[in-house]
Amino acid sequence: MTRALIALLSGALFGAGLAFSGMADPARVQGFLNLLGVWDPTLAFVMGGAILPMAAAWLWQKRLAKPFADVQFELPATTKLDTKLAIGAVLFGVGWGISGLCPGPAVANLGLVPLQVMPFILAMLAGMAVHRFTTR
Amino acid sequence: MISAFPHAMPLEGFLGGLLIGLSAALMLLGLGRIAGVSGLAARAVGIADSGAPKDIAIAFVVGLPLGALLIAALVGGIPTTFAPSIWPLVIGGLLVGYGTRLGSGCTSGHGVCGLSRLSPRSITATLIFMGSGFATVAALRLFGLLS
Repeated sequence: MTRALIALLSGALFGAGLAFSGMADPARVQGFLNLLGVWDPTLAFVMGGAILPMAAAWLWQKRLAKPFADVQFELPATTKLDTKLAIGAVLFGVGWGISGLCPGPAVANLGLVPLQVMPFILAMLAGMAVHRFTTR
Repeated sequence: MISAFPHAMPLEGFLGGLLIGLSAALMLLGLGRIAGVSGLAARAVGIADSGAPKDIAIAFVVGLPLGALLIAALVGGIPTTFAPSIWPLVIGGLLVGYGTRLGSGCTSGHGVCGLSRLSPRSITATLIFMGSGFATVAALRLFGLLS
């Protein structure tokens, strides 16, 4: 129960940050990706603002034996670069550029403009399902 | 200086970014996990076999729109401009869904959590998806599909 509440609060903070920073707006995200046009640098400030507290959190994490409300850290251990990572990132970037949406802002938009974002959400889940049923 | 970038919101961007960083820090220090939205979303709807426990994934995914709604209520509405056609959303969504699963993450997991951890995989992924995003928008403009 405590774990779910922490996750809910974490999700809410994330959604609040996306909305406040303007990142819920697909046009603004496309404005950042529009490097050769009237560039909107806002996304870079968002990244900077997010990375600062998170870098401090990683330093703190190194000194902890376990997280405060769970039994152990469950973190990605792979450091190897592979073609899946590269191809996945290319395809994600194309979809991000076409729509101006990535998973966080898309889900956050369910609280703002659910009907408008629904085609993206359904297509994203379909894309995830295609990956799930075509690998292994 | 800002006048060169008429749409920039540096202060709102930075403050909103801090909230996102605090969210990811809470997930890491509280629950020992990465606040990666693509992974958590896939887990929440049962598409992923491994990852966070389902209750955690569902709670996070429910929290996201609630937080956005709260800010919209506090500041009197959040502008979101969607393209009039649904095709960019459908094609973009398919690619984002497939690509983030194949590449093990998106802007939150690789971008925020991985970059701040100096993960080589996340740095690589972020450089690639940013580059591919820049190229895609440039190509859309070239073909007159985006102003």
